[in-house]
Amino acid sequence: MNEINTGDTAWILIATALVMMMTPALAFFYGGMVRKKNLLSTINLSFITVGLISLQWVLIGYTLAFGKSQGGLIGGLDFLGLSNVGAEPNADSAPTIPHLAFSAYQMMFAIITPALISGAFVERVRFKTFLIFTVLWATFVYDPVAHWVWGVGGVLRGLGALDFAGGTVVHITAGFSALAFAMVLGKRKWFGQAPMEPSNIPLTVLGAGLLWMGWFGFNGGSALAANGLAVNAVVTTNTAAAAAAVAWMFLSWRDKKPSVLGIVTGAVVGLVAITPAAGFVTPLAAIVIGGLAAPISYYAIQLRQKWGLDESLDVWACHGMGGTWGALATGLFATKLVNPAGADGLFYGNPGQFVIQTLTVVIVIAFAFGVTYVLAKLLNRWIGLRVTENEEEVGLDISEHGERAYA
Amino acid sequence: MTKKIEAIFREEKLHMVKEALYGIGIIGMNVIEVRGHGRQGGVELAGRTGTYRVDFLPRVQLNIILSDHNVEKTIETIQQAAQTGNIGDGLIFVYPVEEVIRIRTSEHGHDALTYEGDIDTREEVRLQAAD
Repeated sequence: MNEINTGDTAWILIATALVMMMTPALAFFYGGMVRKKNLLSTINLSFITVGLISLQWVLIGYTLAFGKSQGGLIGGLDFLGLSNVGAEPNADSAPTIPHLAFSAYQMMFAIITPALISGAFVERVRFKTFLIFTVLWATFVYDPVAHWVWGVGGVLRGLGALDFAGGTVVHITAGFSALAFAMVLGKRKWFGQAPMEPSNIPLTVLGAGLLWMGWFGFNGGSALAANGLAVNAVVTTNTAAAAAAVAWMFLSWRDKKPSVLGIVTGAVVGLVAITPAAGFVTPLAAIVIGGLAAPISYYAIQLRQKWGLDESLDVWACHGMGGTWGALATGLFATKLVNPAGADGLFYGNPGQFVIQTLTVVIVIAFAFGVTYVLAKLLNRWIGLRVTENEEEVGLDISEHGERAYA
Repeated sequence: MTKKIEAIFREEKLHMVKEALYGIGIIGMNVIEVRGHGRQGGVELAGRTGTYRVDFLPRVQLNIILSDHNVEKTIETIQQAAQTGNIGDGLIFVYPVEEVIRIRTSEHGHDALTYEGDIDTREEVRLQAAD
């Protein structure tokens, strides 16, 4: 029987609250970037995901992700409806906190990941379709990948893949799923012809600030204990966000002026990139990881624009590419000096880790993109992904919710 | 005769235009926020990356109803206060006004526009004195 550590448990409860806050924060981050007529709709895509996936996770998600491994591919039904998940620790997941605390903490990750994808849907998605997609996606993409990477006996964990807090599980799956969904969904009406101005950049800044704060729980909590490793994760997280925000500022300055929307986007991209690495790398490495994440996502946005693809809020460029860079960078900068339970990366004499990270990235990208593409195609045929043209022109706040953001 | 002056200019100039109009005794006015462009088209703003084009730029439309003999001076005042010399400074339109009714007093026409100390009464006093 493992002993519960009250300090660890307190920290994980706080971290759970911090990560929970990130999804409403994401609602603001996304909401500010759309037109006024779709502000509530966009905010709601994130907010309702807290409701939907909380239920999905309790009922089936947790057991699919963290139940006893079935051939490394999916969890068994041991924890269906959170049965057998209680106040006692589970040695496999987190030996010093109640098993229920671990499952609640992980729930918040399962929630924010599909909410991230919603950035690709904004201003045109049919709400009913969104609800169905989100539950299916959590069940058929998130839960399996979480099992592969984090579950005991998961195939990618067995391979030796390092993903401290979800660069692969959260950001790569969300980013590449957003890309696939946007390809099936199609452009917003007048995309590329009429300007689609962000209606409230201060809301986006507020969201980014709360995301930054919440990320201390996201990455720091992933140590699953109140210890030096958690501190390392918090410091690398802050450092990478800072480096990416400053780098993005200079990039946008060179193109025009130091855009505030750009600076806060940079911060988020830095947070994304450090996520898989936070508990494996040093603060100095975090500067490089954050500093390079900015140009990678910056030019990925411009590439996406060149493709003429309306992946509206650049979930792929920011989360998909930021997460990919972070996962690969973990294979470069990881060191056992920071985390003896981790591994050394290429720069610490272990090129094998970089190969493992690359393989993991490729597998997860292919899976997330492929399953999402098929899901989107099926839903498109079954109930349709988009509102009507007229509903889209009126705006989703009125046409889907019968409300407006401002009177 | 009564005229309406409709001046569309940069929103940041509103305060200076208002002060200048107060200076010549124009007190009554109202303002509408408008968006638009003339021949120069829109502007480029900084986006998340690079720039994007905005066609409709914010301007204010100032409306003043006044007597004929004040029109020239008022136009000059607005023009001086609103001018930057750059493209996009705006335009001033003058229209004839058929009728004015003050809701409180039911006064019509010129009477509805004049009150103690405003530009019209002051001008009339000055013109009478000159006679």
